[in-house]
Amino acid sequence: MNAVEVSGLNAWFGDHHVLKDVHMEAQSETVTAMIGPSGCGKSTLIRCLNRMHEEVRGARVTGKVLFNGTDVYAPDTDPVEVRRRIGMVFQRPNPFPTMSVMENAVAGLKLGSRLSKSELRQRGERALRRAGLWEEVKDRLDQPGGRLSGGQQQRLCVARALAVEPEVLLMDEPASALDPSSTLRIEELVEELKDSVTVIIVTHNMQQAARIADWTMFMLNGEVVEADSTEKIFTTPADQRTEDYVTGRFG
Amino acid sequence: MSGVAAPAPAFTRLGTGVSAARKMKDRAFTVGLWVCGGLAMLPLLFIATYVIERGLKALSINFFLKTPGIPGQPGGGIAEAFVGTAIIVGIMAVIAVPLGLLTAVYLSEYGRGWFASTVRFVAEILLSTPSIVAGAFIWAVVVVRLGAFSGFAAALALCVLVWPIITRATEEVLRLVPQELREGALALGVPRWKVILRVVIPTAGAGIFTAIMLAMARGLGETAPVLLTALGNSFMTTNAFGPMDSLSLRVYVDAQSSYALDNVTAWAGAFCLLIIVLGLSIGARVIAARQLRRTR
Repeated sequence: MNAVEVSGLNAWFGDHHVLKDVHMEAQSETVTAMIGPSGCGKSTLIRCLNRMHEEVRGARVTGKVLFNGTDVYAPDTDPVEVRRRIGMVFQRPNPFPTMSVMENAVAGLKLGSRLSKSELRQRGERALRRAGLWEEVKDRLDQPGGRLSGGQQQRLCVARALAVEPEVLLMDEPASALDPSSTLRIEELVEELKDSVTVIIVTHNMQQAARIADWTMFMLNGEVVEADSTEKIFTTPADQRTEDYVTGRFG
Repeated sequence: MSGVAAPAPAFTRLGTGVSAARKMKDRAFTVGLWVCGGLAMLPLLFIATYVIERGLKALSINFFLKTPGIPGQPGGGIAEAFVGTAIIVGIMAVIAVPLGLLTAVYLSEYGRGWFASTVRFVAEILLSTPSIVAGAFIWAVVVVRLGAFSGFAAALALCVLVWPIITRATEEVLRLVPQELREGALALGVPRWKVILRVVIPTAGAGIFTAIMLAMARGLGETAPVLLTALGNSFMTTNAFGPMDSLSLRVYVDAQSSYALDNVTAWAGAFCLLIIVLGLSIGARVIAARQLRRTR
């Protein structure tokens, strides 16, 4: 079953037409990778899926994004609800500087719902464990989140997104600002997560896509060139441009 | 070009090849800049030592506890001015701080298009309005209408001056909050107003606090608008709807008095003003620095 289905999606920044009639789908509990050269619209596409695109001034979207069968862009759909069910991790770790590690982990729950202190603490611990961070931070839960290392901060952001228990997790180049060992941790994390959530990940790193994704889509100039199983994309792509890109002939 | 890099004569000449004239120029400008830096501090040092020297002499218990009393007779104080200033600045803060903060949040988080630009432009104009104009305006619309000079009217006049200060300074620090933090919170499914209240404002907290403190200091020291609206009063009063005294007003009145004793009191009042304003500025910086350290 498809958790996310996009059809006829167009997106603009002002006059700049960034996405042109995009169609895509992401199956439940799999990892889908978006690859393509810089500026091809990967980040814009992923930000359209949870209505973050419209947060940029002058940004505009038309088309359909179906999430479990309901249109995310329908007039009566609440973007707050969409974002609660479709979580997101950004390129640069962005823990809230005024909050402790634990407060960061439960920020979405604390600001979005009414839970008791003990419930919050439990959910926070569970999220930190799922993000593989618990063992490293359990003795300094009250320290500012900004004091963790870059890799830990990014996993804290994953924990923060997971705490709200989204059905889909969008990751916009989550490892591009991290060192190799932290990158590896994030990749392992994605592998573990796909048992319980649908992951859609933007990456510049083709090896990373090959390692962790079940499905891969290749984008170029705001269009989806090809989308298929990761194996197919990287071994026998149907389109010449895909082959040129994955073999490193451009981009 | 051959594959072998030519030796780099430019580097070997570093330090030796600079002409004497250039060295002289460098020295002259360095000295010039130091002198300018020193000159900039001179007025403050001069004012501070002068006010402290003159003001300290007149300080006594009576100065803080008594009201002016009979002109020319020793033993009076300016207690009513302290109370008046506290009440006027207090009312000003209660009105101007929430208004200033809300305006800043509107401009930084919601304001788009012509309306926001207009609001920003008006705040800019208000910022450079002479304070006596604000006083005259409140005199015309409040004092004349109510038929009485009052501390409340003075507080309103100060609001006109301080509101744009708080607004512009707060808007600046709100804009400094990285967009990524707002997006991070929005992406968790947190409503926008809560993102602003619980993430954006706390992150800018120290800067907002500093802005408020500096605005308070500005309001505290204003004289002209208070003169036109509160008038002054040498008796103790806590009635904000009648004529009131304030520190700056008392300094103004006593400085012009023909009694030498009053002139001394004016210096003491000036000294107190200086200390309070300095205390607010330094306090704001200390608290801001402490909060920064806590989050780093």
